[in-house]
Amino acid sequence: MRRVRPGDAVPEIAPILEVHNLVKQYPSVTAVDGVSFAVPEGTCFGLLGPNGAGKTTTIEIMEGILPPTSGEVRYRGEPLGARFREEAGILFQKTALQDFLSVRQSVALFRGLYGQGLDVDEVLKVCALEKLASRDNRKLSGGQQQRLLLAIALVNDPKVLFLDEPTTGLDPQARRNFWELVESIKARRKTIILTTHYMEEAQLLCDEIAIMDGGRIVAQGAPQQLLTEHFSEVLLELPRHEFPEVARQLPLKLIDASDRVEISTHDLDGTLRALIEARVPLRNLRIRPANLEDLFLELTGKELRT
Amino acid sequence: MMKRLLAVWHARNLEFLRDRPTLLFTLLLPLGVVIGMGFIFGGPPRPLFTVGVIGNTIDTHANPFLHERYVQSVPIHSEADGLYKVTHQSIDLLLDLEGTARYWVNTDSPKGYIVEKLLIATGSGARRQPVTGQAVRYVDWLFPGILAMNMMFSCLFGVGYVVLRYRKSGFLKRLHATPLSAFEFLSAQVLSRLSLIIFVTAILYVAIAAIIHFHSAGSIALLLLLAVLGSLSMIALGLTIAARFASEELVGGLLNLLTWPMMLLSGVWFSIEGSPRWVQWAADIFPLTQVIDAARAVMLEGAGIGRITPNLIYLAVTTLVFLAFGAWSFRWRVE
Repeated sequence: MRRVRPGDAVPEIAPILEVHNLVKQYPSVTAVDGVSFAVPEGTCFGLLGPNGAGKTTTIEIMEGILPPTSGEVRYRGEPLGARFREEAGILFQKTALQDFLSVRQSVALFRGLYGQGLDVDEVLKVCALEKLASRDNRKLSGGQQQRLLLAIALVNDPKVLFLDEPTTGLDPQARRNFWELVESIKARRKTIILTTHYMEEAQLLCDEIAIMDGGRIVAQGAPQQLLTEHFSEVLLELPRHEFPEVARQLPLKLIDASDRVEISTHDLDGTLRALIEARVPLRNLRIRPANLEDLFLELTGKELRT
Repeated sequence: MMKRLLAVWHARNLEFLRDRPTLLFTLLLPLGVVIGMGFIFGGPPRPLFTVGVIGNTIDTHANPFLHERYVQSVPIHSEADGLYKVTHQSIDLLLDLEGTARYWVNTDSPKGYIVEKLLIATGSGARRQPVTGQAVRYVDWLFPGILAMNMMFSCLFGVGYVVLRYRKSGFLKRLHATPLSAFEFLSAQVLSRLSLIIFVTAILYVAIAAIIHFHSAGSIALLLLLAVLGSLSMIALGLTIAARFASEELVGGLLNLLTWPMMLLSGVWFSIEGSPRWVQWAADIFPLTQVIDAARAVMLEGAGIGRITPNLIYLAVTTLVFLAFGAWSFRWRVE
């Protein structure tokens, strides 16, 4: 069930995927602990959370790869079945392909497993792999490898696409390149389920996000809506070595970061006046609105997990 | 240097000790081998030569030759049966002690040659009789067994390790996310390996037959059918091992556990005539025994399809049983 929050618009589009009270229990740990949400067709839904939050377990249950301990996933109102397998495209966090196959042969192998789908050449073109078509799949760079795995995920022209941390380990350029690809897929009205721990990625691609921690969803909604809900404040950042000790006496909400001091406030004018009066040098002051990273850290904590 | 060596040594030991199925298997296998060897080869020293004596019972006092160490005598019901066994290398020499002692030996058999010298040396006074009909050379007798054994190794190891590697690398998990079923995947593996094995075996057959000047007495088409069904059965057997495990050491051990008894007891190298009945019965369970028996019947005696139908049915049924079990116990991912 989609969590309806005050002020939420009633979803107009029927959900393509519904997750009902999922639980995944391992002998020593509960990886997913009662997760429910719904994904409307044609939207991009992001699962965010620190490592070990239960994102991959949740998405693998949704993909039909892992059986849940309890709860269920429904695709177009029905339990996952043959139709889901035909219509879902999946990109796992780690996938090895068959050795000695070229890029084209790897895509063609998977094309052969589906009744319906795109032409192999078309998929190669969409993922900018035409020039690499005859290269051995083991001789690709990280970004090229991810594009090939995306091509394989798209080969059946899926209605719903699962991307599990698709840009982890890629350099910034390859990451941006991959985002552009995902945006072009989004433009074709595909439903996308994405897990990531890059907030920028979530903010750019997702219509709705759920932040997970300890196997549960701790916040859910549109990125902007979540930020408005959790942060009515702006953040002022000052280099730590320029922040005089006396200024710590001011009635301000201070957060110490390693090299800077962050001040969170509703009253920007008043805070600036107070800082000027306290003779705090402001030439390196930065003012920024809170972003998803702040929200993420606020909800999941900043300390290292043990 | 010692410190680095010790660090790697320690880590590898931990890895091995924590891989429970492999550890258990490593401890149990030698024990099983010792017990099995004890059963099969224990007791009095094994005879080197098997001598058939015509008659329902054998009076070992009838001839001093039968007292020789390493000579085992088995009763043979009729002269015709005995002659067949001599020419087909099942026994090394046939002896008839009724009246004037007579014997028959296959001069193309190395063991026959030696046991004849022994018989003459003991002064038994038996007279050599001509062996009528085509005697089978040892190399001809060995040929079907060697071909079948090569098939067995290719079937079992060829699919076992490949599926294991796919599982460990996560390739199987990716396939699982498609409409592909376990049965379809396994069947594709079987067919791929089958075509390869038939191709290789055909080349080996032609090449070896040319070298040893061998001509099959029976139909080549029937041999092809036998090779197909035999390979199918043994590939499917390999898949039952590869169906769920994710440890190379465990899978390797299990494959060895299957191949060694088959290699020793299926009659590839020597006939198991004269072995305890239960050993012969156990050997008949192996698909390899069925393949070799049928192949020898076709290649050496020109047997037709009627004669080897039971073998073919056995191979077809075991293929289905192994495949069904493999599909049922199949795991796409490392648990």
